[in-house]
Amino acid sequence: MKDGFRQSMAWLHTWLGLTFGWLLFAIFLTGTLAYFKDETSHWMQPEMSVRPLDPQASVTGAQAYLQKNAADASRWFISLPDAREPALSVMWQAAAKPGERGKFVEKLLDPQTGEEVQTRASSGGEFFYRFHFQLQMPHPWGRILATLAALVMFIGLITGIITHKKIFKDFFTFRPRKGQRSWLDGHNAVGVLVLPFHLMITYSSLIIFMSLVMPASIIASYGKDTQTFFKEVFPASDTATPTGQPGHLLPLAPFLEQARQHWTDGRVGRLTVNNPADVNSSINVFRDGADKIAHDFGSAVSFNGTTGQLLGVTPEQPLPMAIGGSFYGLHMGHFAGPMWRWVYFIFGLASTALIGTGLVIWLGKRALKHVNGVLPFELRLVQVLNIASMSGLVVAVAVFFWANRLLPLGLAERADWEVKSFFIAWGLGLLHAVLRPGRKAWVEQLGLAALLFAAVPLLNALTTPYHLANSLAQGDWVMAGFDLTCLGSGLFLAWAAWKMQRSGHAVASTQKQRAAPISLKQELN
Amino acid sequence: MKSKRPSLPVSYRLAVTSRVLAAAGGGYLVAALASVCISLLSPMTRAEAVVSGMMLSFVFYLLAVIWCFACRTAWQAWGGLLGVSLVLGAIDGVAYWMAH
Repeated sequence: MKDGFRQSMAWLHTWLGLTFGWLLFAIFLTGTLAYFKDETSHWMQPEMSVRPLDPQASVTGAQAYLQKNAADASRWFISLPDAREPALSVMWQAAAKPGERGKFVEKLLDPQTGEEVQTRASSGGEFFYRFHFQLQMPHPWGRILATLAALVMFIGLITGIITHKKIFKDFFTFRPRKGQRSWLDGHNAVGVLVLPFHLMITYSSLIIFMSLVMPASIIASYGKDTQTFFKEVFPASDTATPTGQPGHLLPLAPFLEQARQHWTDGRVGRLTVNNPADVNSSINVFRDGADKIAHDFGSAVSFNGTTGQLLGVTPEQPLPMAIGGSFYGLHMGHFAGPMWRWVYFIFGLASTALIGTGLVIWLGKRALKHVNGVLPFELRLVQVLNIASMSGLVVAVAVFFWANRLLPLGLAERADWEVKSFFIAWGLGLLHAVLRPGRKAWVEQLGLAALLFAAVPLLNALTTPYHLANSLAQGDWVMAGFDLTCLGSGLFLAWAAWKMQRSGHAVASTQKQRAAPISLKQELN
Repeated sequence: MKSKRPSLPVSYRLAVTSRVLAAAGGGYLVAALASVCISLLSPMTRAEAVVSGMMLSFVFYLLAVIWCFACRTAWQAWGGLLGVSLVLGAIDGVAYWMAH
């Protein structure tokens, strides 16, 4: 542009942040919640009892169930329960004509009995996880849009670093209670403080969907035969071809121990069985993703399903795949124990706050010129979208949890209704933001969110037998932790609502005095 | 910049639109061509080279977008991307022809 390089980058930073900020806020908040996906699911399906882990018994139960219900499927997937996920999950893909994709069916089993678990229908934490990269859109558009948002975030981070030249000096100058300037200081501090995390989480999301959004090099090297690429990158996905002759599948349980001998101190995460009813069946035993940071999709020990013969052990990943796998593993955080999971959660909130403060600054700076408080249309639009995308979303998350406890257990498509409640609440948040003056809308929505979150433990106690006293007495830290985290979030939101209410009075009295010094910094932002 | 917006001439807005299109479309082209270049020329197995090319492509996208907004005029933004695309495309073409 006509000004210097840094000014141009500041301009780009500002406008990318505004246009994608609302979407990015939703992606980062739901993605952050997804770090507690299994814990959220446990709270939302409390009927699922936690059993002592016994992989052998789980696999035997799963095999019996699949033999009975999905004998003619083309593939079985068995995911073993672990410390975070108490259910034994079985999934199968129906046999399909060549070139077509068979349908997937998933069931949750009790790992001890091998029976289907009778629990309330709920999308659980999986909803946040899916939403944060699929955005409730048809495949593959949600993933493409989410990846585009990630690219914008990446550019936003780099241009932010370029804009902000005195990055470490400024970091130590936080000026609280200075209105607009405090927001800017907060934006800078939260940006610099966990900058490696922002960069990692953003670049890794590009890498996760790179073959979807940037397939040119696959096509250049493999032509139409892109399947070969995926087989070379993920060797274990190469499935044996069925012969058409019926075969007898060996018991799966002994293969767990056999596979483990190929890994030093590794656990089994899941098994797949290809063509289980065919004489040419194969069993792939995959290592638990939580075993190490770098994720390796394709690593498996494979056996012939009818003879038990060892077919192969996937070799170590080559370096480029190991780098990609490390980014994937770091993004997902499967390896993280309770402490690191909390670190991930807090860092994720920091990224969300980075986006939120940016949106607030954009508007705050421009609203200052309209001292009488009446905003022109475009600023009012930004204000409404800010409110709906931030406090409205937080209310919707709380409503999602409330729906889980309040919707009748026998309701048809209950899990879908949870999700619908979420979007209805979000839509009402937008409507409310349109109808109410800016600051009042903020205060009311934050206040409502505070109330809904703080009352979650009470709601849980009134609607289920898994209340706080009970879960604490039983040492069910996941259940208790969820209740307590909601309570804590409620208190934080109440504080935010109170601050917003109070600063409303302060702004009205000192707006004129403040407008002058801010404009000095304005050209850079 | 933004403070003068109501009086901004149409030509300025068109120039910004032009830069945005150059950054989004031209940037993608540069990134894709660069990823093909890496995948065809780096001394690794086919799959490794393709994965490397895809992983690095986003850095080229970033640089292309920064270029589009850092240079003096929108014409320059297009010209630069076009030049880089032609060079990368030529390298890709030769490498593809040699590999097949």
